[in-house]
Amino acid sequence: MIELSDIRKVFNSGKPNEFVAIDGITLSVERDKVLVLKGPSGSGKTTLLSVIGCMARPTSGRITLSGKEITSLPERFLTEIRRKSFGFVFQQFNLIKGITAMENVILPAYPTGEGFSVLKKRALSLLELFDLSERAFSKVEWLSGGEAQRVSIARALVNDPSVIIADEPTAHLDTKLSKDFMEIIGKLKVRRKTIIIASHDPIVYESAAVDRVLEMRDGRILSRATRQ
Amino acid sequence: MFARKSNVFLLFMAVNIFLLALVFGHASYGEKNALPYLRGKAQMVKRIGLSDLCLFTDARYARHPSMADLSTPFQDHPMSLEHFPSGTIITPPPHLRSK
Amino acid sequence: MSRFNKQRNILDFTLSSLLRRRTKNSALVIVYTLIVFSLASVLFFTQAIKKEACIVLQNSPEIIVQRIVAGRHDLLPADYIDTIRAIRGVQSAKGRLWGYYFEPAAGANYTLMVSEEPGVEVGRIVIGQGVSRTIHANRADIVPFRRYDGSYTSFEVSDILSSESELVSSDLVLISESDFREMMGIRGEYVTDAAVYAKNKRELFMIADKIKRILPDTRPITKDEILRTYEAIFDWRGGILLVILSGAVIAFVILAWDKASGLSSDERREIGILKGIGWETSDVIAMKFWEGAVISLSSFSLGIILAYIHVFFASSALFEPALKGWSVLYPEFRLVPHMDPLQIATLFFLTVVPYTVSTIVPSWRAATIDPDTVMRL
Ligand SMILES: Nc1ncnc2c1ncn2[C@@H]1O[C@H](COP(=O)(O)OP(=O)(O)O)[C@@H](O)[C@H]1O
Ligand SMILES: [Mg+2]
Repeated sequence: MIELSDIRKVFNSGKPNEFVAIDGITLSVERDKVLVLKGPSGSGKTTLLSVIGCMARPTSGRITLSGKEITSLPERFLTEIRRKSFGFVFQQFNLIKGITAMENVILPAYPTGEGFSVLKKRALSLLELFDLSERAFSKVEWLSGGEAQRVSIARALVNDPSVIIADEPTAHLDTKLSKDFMEIIGKLKVRRKTIIIASHDPIVYESAAVDRVLEMRDGRILSRATRQ
Repeated sequence: MFARKSNVFLLFMAVNIFLLALVFGHASYGEKNALPYLRGKAQMVKRIGLSDLCLFTDARYARHPSMADLSTPFQDHPMSLEHFPSGTIITPPPHLRSK
Repeated sequence: MSRFNKQRNILDFTLSSLLRRRTKNSALVIVYTLIVFSLASVLFFTQAIKKEACIVLQNSPEIIVQRIVAGRHDLLPADYIDTIRAIRGVQSAKGRLWGYYFEPAAGANYTLMVSEEPGVEVGRIVIGQGVSRTIHANRADIVPFRRYDGSYTSFEVSDILSSESELVSSDLVLISESDFREMMGIRGEYVTDAAVYAKNKRELFMIADKIKRILPDTRPITKDEILRTYEAIFDWRGGILLVILSGAVIAFVILAWDKASGLSSDERREIGILKGIGWETSDVIAMKFWEGAVISLSSFSLGIILAYIHVFFASSALFEPALKGWSVLYPEFRLVPHMDPLQIATLFFLTVVPYTVSTIVPSWRAATIDPDTVMRL
């Protein structure tokens, strides 16, 4: 589904504080599978996720998505691909405060120009899927941590992307909620989503839903791949 | 269920634009309608031989700005304080200043 | 269609976003509306008066000749009029007899004017609405006047001038010539000034010039000068109202600048999130555009509509204290509505455009941040 070949990401290139965050990663992400990137903080997980998710361009290397080369696409197309193909779940949830859960869910779909009633229906059914029907019209700051995360997952799904990217999704959740999250991931897998998670939380990488775990260190993937 | 916010705003703007159009319509209608009155007034101005509008009655130069004294500039100065508001709203007539 | 939908969607978010700081943004809209309202009121009022003055005073005497003695205007000897009449190109020259009368009881100033209007006879006067209001005089009432020598006389009110004409006639007392002379102690060989009409309007300036040469102690005032006076008087740059207003405008500019340009860290964060979840730079800018447009368009249209109602339906009630000033006798008039599209456009470009631009510009940089920042928020 997604092929990375020899990806490098260098920050502050050419300056004294030059930093190689990703150092030549070649990786193939399989369709409809759950991939976990684990590794210590600073190992380059977040950077790799943003490169895969078309949020940042690699310094060098090639990425293909469903066989299409996307590394050299201009910004506008890249945004469109990102919007259509990727849904993001952030560590801090990154919901927009002061507006309702429903509006937060719709937000990524606004620029698509779809009709509001269609979007609203879709958002409400997603919220229902995550047992949030009653909270649909509450402001997000009134939601609990678990609810906020489920809203952010619903938001990631609103454009019906094929890939879900989650960066440290359980960092702010207790054990129970973390397990709930992995359950949701299992459900999404059934719904034929490709899922890439960066996490060093055992609850995540030891979960039964996970198909493959790769360990990262210093911007590289350790050759010893766990559970494959 | 909920009125969509953008619809509420667009409706509000539509009402505003409608009112603005109404304002323009009212103005041009009123202007046309007022012509006979204005002519009547102009007729009166001619018959009686009036030279000014009656806006301020507090001082000579305010009542008849066009007749103001030529050689007493300070009475017409905007800072003349004895007739504060009108004295600041109206300026000396230009033919007093230019000559 | 989808493009329209998209803008509408973005507008939806903008409105939700604005509603979050409900009090702050309502305050902003109220202040903004007030500013537009005041500016537009001044503009409408002055333009309407200017317009009316132009039409009504078009018929004022073409040249008014005053006599100047020791730098002040003085009574004009009646034989000057014969001299003027003899100048080539003069169609008619007539002495005007008029003056001011201070009514001590009411503290009001009238303009006394000799006229041959119907109703004006010896012992009978016609008064303007303002005079009638100030001293509660109606038809058939007897009104006392003080003579130049301190004795009293009185006249019967035979008629009251129409209220439509108040803008020119409010303070008039039309009186017969003999009553005027008797009351003011002006002898028959003098008049106040002379109203001159020319045969050919294009010769006005030349005639005025000739009068000045033949009668060096006179000052001819042409109609052009009268009209120009009114243009200048109501040029809306002058005036305390605008001085006060400019203070308000400056305060608003500071407020708007602070509000619009000081992109708070929260707003930056939000823009980062939007970029992260798939908004394009142009979508973010469109949102900022709507943010400015929603506030400024609402305020602008509300301000204009309210100002129109204020000036043309409520007789500029809020300006009354400023316009009235020391006057006791104040004309009550309804201005003829007048809307100049160019004026409205000017106002639009002075208010809506700068505000909207100052909302967009500061967000430009924030809108171009890399979407991956969202991962590290
Ligand atoms: N914009 C940046 N400029 C410079 N260095 C960066 C930038 N973003 C990330 N880094 C560095 O790249 C390294 C990898 O970071 P990251 O991908 O966040 O790792 P992880 O998510 O595994 O903790 C870190 O050492 C971080 O300091
Ligand atoms: Mg990280």
